[in-house]
Amino acid sequence: MAMLTVSHLSKAFGENPVLEDISFTVDQGEVIAVIGPSGSGKSTLLRCINQLETADGGEITVCELPLVRTENGKAVYPDKQTLREIRLKIGLVFQNFHLFPHMSVMQNIIEAPLRVLKQSREEAVATATELLRKMDLSEKADAYPCELSGGQQQRVSIARALALKPEILFFDEPTSALDPELTGEILKVIRELAKEKMTMVIVTHEMAFAREVADRVIFMDGGVIVEQGTPEQVFGNTQSERTRQFLRRYHSE
Amino acid sequence: MSLQDVLNVTKILLQYLLPTLKIFGLTLLFSIPLGMVVAVLRRIRFWLVAKPVGFYILIMRGTPLMLQIITVYYAIPMLSQNSFPFLEHLLSFVDTRSNSYQFNALLVAFVLNYAAYFAEIFRGGIESIPQGQYEAAFSLGMTKMQTFFRIILPQVVKRILPASANEVITLVKDTSLASVIAYAEIFRKAREQMVTYSSLAPLFIAGVFYFVLNAVLTVLFSAAEKKLDYYQ
Ligand SMILES: Nc1ncnc2c1ncn2[C@@H]1O[C@H](COP(=O)(O)OP(=O)(O)OP(=O)(O)O)[C@@H](O)[C@H]1O
Ligand SMILES: [Mg+2]
Repeated sequence: MAMLTVSHLSKAFGENPVLEDISFTVDQGEVIAVIGPSGSGKSTLLRCINQLETADGGEITVCELPLVRTENGKAVYPDKQTLREIRLKIGLVFQNFHLFPHMSVMQNIIEAPLRVLKQSREEAVATATELLRKMDLSEKADAYPCELSGGQQQRVSIARALALKPEILFFDEPTSALDPELTGEILKVIRELAKEKMTMVIVTHEMAFAREVADRVIFMDGGVIVEQGTPEQVFGNTQSERTRQFLRRYHSE
Repeated sequence: MSLQDVLNVTKILLQYLLPTLKIFGLTLLFSIPLGMVVAVLRRIRFWLVAKPVGFYILIMRGTPLMLQIITVYYAIPMLSQNSFPFLEHLLSFVDTRSNSYQFNALLVAFVLNYAAYFAEIFRGGIESIPQGQYEAAFSLGMTKMQTFFRIILPQVVKRILPASANEVITLVKDTSLASVIAYAEIFRKAREQMVTYSSLAPLFIAGVFYFVLNAVLTVLFSAAEKKLDYYQ
């Protein structure tokens, strides 16, 4: 079952086209890695799907709910209620975590379940406690974000997103703001989520990780999808010269 | 001046502590919410809102409060008596001969002035919150109201506390400007006593009053800042 369908998506900032004719699907339980050089539009793609940017044209469907359609050449969005419903099916993990600094780890995680899903406190705390255990952060429940390492903060932000039980989880370079020795702990968490068949779309510069954990890899450059396929296809049997150049640069670094 | 005189003057000034505190308290009570409203208006780009609000802040911050007090105090009676019928009608509810007119005029001037300063502090505070906080709250499905009151406002309060403390402490001292329209508060009385005793001492005693008030406020604000020190 397709959890996410993007077809012919386009987006420009002013005169500057950033996404052009982007099409792909994500099936339930799939892990998609999005790779590509800086400025190729990876973040913008994620932000369009997460309603942080509005698309100019094309279609996005999330769990059978149309997020955007194009009618007479104009992008059309549904009503506020539907947009919110769609938003709750999607979790987003930011590069810079964006935890709420004035709230403890526990409060960060239970805030949305309490106020958005109107869960009881017991239920929200129980879910959060379980998530913290999974993230190996049980003893940090009462800590504040500023007291945590970058890796720990990122794990809290993953737990915060998971607490709403999203159907799909998006990551925008979840390890890029971390010291190299801390990236491992985040990759481990994502690996475990993949084992549990969590549907995920991960923008990453960790090529080895993308190759290992992804079911499919999407290579973007200049606002278009240049190549997509299994890791074996994209990394092992590269079709496009642009992809090859990009991967070569990565290997030489 | 003898010690007895000092005690007498202190006793007299103490009686006028309440009027001073009344200006102080009511100015805070009204100027903080008004400042919030102005801060929100200030974020609107539409020129019909942006220009007048910008002009208001410019004037309030660019001219002396003393001038503003005098202007409000004398301008309202003039406008409500011998100008356009429209203004006369508009201001007819202000009874300039009533006992409370002096204080009301004073309060209007103080509130308008302090709201402008608070608005700028609030605006700076709101703008200092990173966009990522809004985006995180949005992607968690929080409404605009929830985002503002649960996520943004608590962080703004922490950030604006030092600047607000400055404003509040300045306000304590600025209450003395009320004496310019002969409103009977501590400073006015101290000047009268100065003449009576031909001595500067009453002014210094008034100075001690302001100093003590501000010492208390400083302690309170430090405590508040410490309380919000648990993060960042
Ligand atoms: N808010 C914006 N306004 C104008 N231009 C923007 C905006 N956001 C992004 N862009 C432009 O869109 C293009 C794509 O940016 P995007 O952030 O999506 O790239 P990216 O693939 O995520 O890059 P990186 O790997 O550096 O994160 C860039 O040229 C960028 O300058
Ligand atoms: Mg990016």
